[in-house]
Amino acid sequence: MIQVTNMTGGYDARPIVNDVDFQVNRGEFFGVVGPNGSGKTTLFKLMSGILPLWRGEVMIDQKPLEHYGRKQLARKIATLPQIQQSFFSYNVFETVMMGRYAYQSGFLKQPAERDKEVVRNVLDQTGLTEMSSLPLNHLSGGEKQRAYLAQALAQEPDILLLDEPTNHLDFSYQKQLLDEMKQLSLSDQLTVVSIFHDLNTAGLYCDRMLLMDHGKVIRIGKPEDVIQKSLLEQVYHSSIAVHANPTISSPQMNLLPSYTSNETRTTVTPELVKVTEEKVTVSTRKPLKTFSSALIGGGFGWYRNFVNGHVDKSFACDAPDQFIKGKCQQWGLAEQDTLAMMTAAHLPDYAERFFRGDDVSILIVVTAGLGNAVDVVYGDKHVESTNPGTINTWIFVEGSLSEQAFIQGIVTAAEAKTKAISSCGIKGPLTNTGATGTSTDSMMIASTQTGKSLEYAGPITLLGSKIGRMTYEATKEAIERYLERMRLS
Amino acid sequence: MNKPLAYIGSFMILIGAWLSGVAVGSVPIPLPVIIGAIAEAVSPYQSTIDPINISIIVDVRLPRVVLAGLVGASLAIAGASFQGLLQNPLADPYTLGVSSGASVGAVLVLFVGFSFPVFSAFTLPIVSISTAILTLLFVIAFARMLDRTLSIETLILTGIVMGSFLGSVISLMIALTGEELRQIVGWLLGSVAMRGWNHVGLLFPFFVTGVLLLLTQGQELNAMSLGEERARQLGVPTEKRKTIILLAASILTGAAVAVSGTIGFAGLVVPHICRRLFGTDHRHLIPLSLINGATFLILADLISRTIIAPAELPIGVITSLIGAPIFGFILYQQRKKGASV
Repeated sequence: MIQVTNMTGGYDARPIVNDVDFQVNRGEFFGVVGPNGSGKTTLFKLMSGILPLWRGEVMIDQKPLEHYGRKQLARKIATLPQIQQSFFSYNVFETVMMGRYAYQSGFLKQPAERDKEVVRNVLDQTGLTEMSSLPLNHLSGGEKQRAYLAQALAQEPDILLLDEPTNHLDFSYQKQLLDEMKQLSLSDQLTVVSIFHDLNTAGLYCDRMLLMDHGKVIRIGKPEDVIQKSLLEQVYHSSIAVHANPTISSPQMNLLPSYTSNETRTTVTPELVKVTEEKVTVSTRKPLKTFSSALIGGGFGWYRNFVNGHVDKSFACDAPDQFIKGKCQQWGLAEQDTLAMMTAAHLPDYAERFFRGDDVSILIVVTAGLGNAVDVVYGDKHVESTNPGTINTWIFVEGSLSEQAFIQGIVTAAEAKTKAISSCGIKGPLTNTGATGTSTDSMMIASTQTGKSLEYAGPITLLGSKIGRMTYEATKEAIERYLERMRLS
Repeated sequence: MNKPLAYIGSFMILIGAWLSGVAVGSVPIPLPVIIGAIAEAVSPYQSTIDPINISIIVDVRLPRVVLAGLVGASLAIAGASFQGLLQNPLADPYTLGVSSGASVGAVLVLFVGFSFPVFSAFTLPIVSISTAILTLLFVIAFARMLDRTLSIETLILTGIVMGSFLGSVISLMIALTGEELRQIVGWLLGSVAMRGWNHVGLLFPFFVTGVLLLLTQGQELNAMSLGEERARQLGVPTEKRKTIILLAASILTGAAVAVSGTIGFAGLVVPHICRRLFGTDHRHLIPLSLINGATFLILADLISRTIIAPAELPIGVITSLIGAPIFGFILYQQRKKGASV
């Protein structure tokens, strides 16, 4: 256990680390983060006794640091150095054996059996056994780093200090190294204290993090306590966004670039809509942020091609997504740029509405087929046909939408769609109650994320009321055209 | 390479060089005569060997070869230690200016006639060692002032500038005493000619001290060749160890220079070749450099006195002829790929 109180120290006359307090528990994975020059490395040097303390105290297992001899300390704390250019090349075994220095005594310090055994074990643990007689300069960056790790582990420390351990490693080695460290902290109760440059990586592995600035502690806590927008913006003086990590609870941060470009703004206009018998497409110059239930590109994403592909009423396919991907390829639309839906509706019957306000533009495109209309209250009683008589609704917005605005926009549009269906008197064929939609409807809201910031999209806002009204009208028009076509055929 | 084999091989070559050194000269002496003469010198054994031959062997060749061996061994392990400690493959007593520093002390004693009132016999090596240490401390301090990381180039540049400066000081001092120029050049290029057993005796106690101190620092040198901070992290009490190593290497340099002048590059060439052949581990590099350093200088001396016989070249001419290109080669390698030696 490490207990640091009032730690102050630095070089020359100026303290680099000023009055720092924290505690790291046994087996904990503890991260130290902060901007360049915030004192992270100096903190490490003070903690490992490389620099003398000016004030305060560092207690290692209830004993002050200065009461440890150099060798004694090296048996408690090991440091994994950053890879550095060395002019002399030792082989891997010799390199790792240097980690046993603190255990060797006597005149010539010949390694004992125990030393050799420990070295063999750590070589095994780091997967270097095969390479033990290779010179270090024949190794790749990742292998070299592992050899230094093995050297540090050969010290059999209770505490391992890592100074930006992943500095020169590509992300697969970074992950591998940090996984190993985390595993050791979990299985062997190794205490790991690590400096991180990358807050996201730190958040993935650390139990707790210490955020430093100007030699002082700004915050200590769980990753979610430290990776906070306002806190990090204040410390790093740059705009960032913090998002939920899709897989674990530690949040993730993104830099927000703040350059300005002369490019003209992306606009949404009805001219973008191209309709043929086989597809409706909208292509924009720049990608739009989307939230959708599309077959390809569902969820949140960024796309610049939007396709609603026609399939025959008798279409039956086990993997409709593969089918539509193949179609997109035929049409020359790159998969990573394309959001795709499909429908059996007659596409030239589509309906659209457009609104242009002072600072917001909205374009709505709807295709409707009602072959499998359903009352959602009796959703289990829908027609078991693969004939996708879907209502597909696209909402394009020029503006900058918050995430909740995306969801409110979808809710508002869904309500409007249901109202349109009911005002057309559509009934679920099996239940004979008022239909609310079809069994395979899809909806998308896409936004340029430029211009006016739109926090909400409920009916109380201009955006919400426009989405509601326009979706209602467009859906109704599309349904009426569908009904007309049914009547005629 | 197999370590026992490295030691046995190096040792055999040393014996061979040693015997050749004694055997070859203006009067060639066959092997049995050498053995007989040595036996007669160290035991009551009486041989039928010509007393002139015995005199050549025991009073002229033997002390010269032994002295060359001791000087070579001293410079080589001093070089290996400087290189490890300063993480600099180009460091050696000569390139760091330490040899020149020691020379200043030696010239002060030999040509100006300075002498201690007590231990006057050892005035020469003690003054040389002192000026060697002072020079080393100055070079390191000055280089660190220029460049805190003590980069290879800064340190060597400082050392070489210091070396030229001190070389001029020596020339000036000798010239002021009225000696002729040839002697100055001879001093600056180093020589083991015309020395006797008394010079071996002057060097020997310092040689033993320095060697014993350095042979025990193999692990520390290994750790410190990764950088001083890393060595401390590994548990090395660096301040203490650094002092021991610098002191021991300076003692060896100072004492060697006191008896032979400035012999260039011996401390660079031998550790370099040993590292290439046997690896960097200082626990073996130091003893192997010691053996092969002795061999190197015995052979260099042999060449220097036979190549233009009956005249002699200063031994430093031979070592510099070999050493300077190797210096260039190492520098090239370092700059080219920053790779290890």
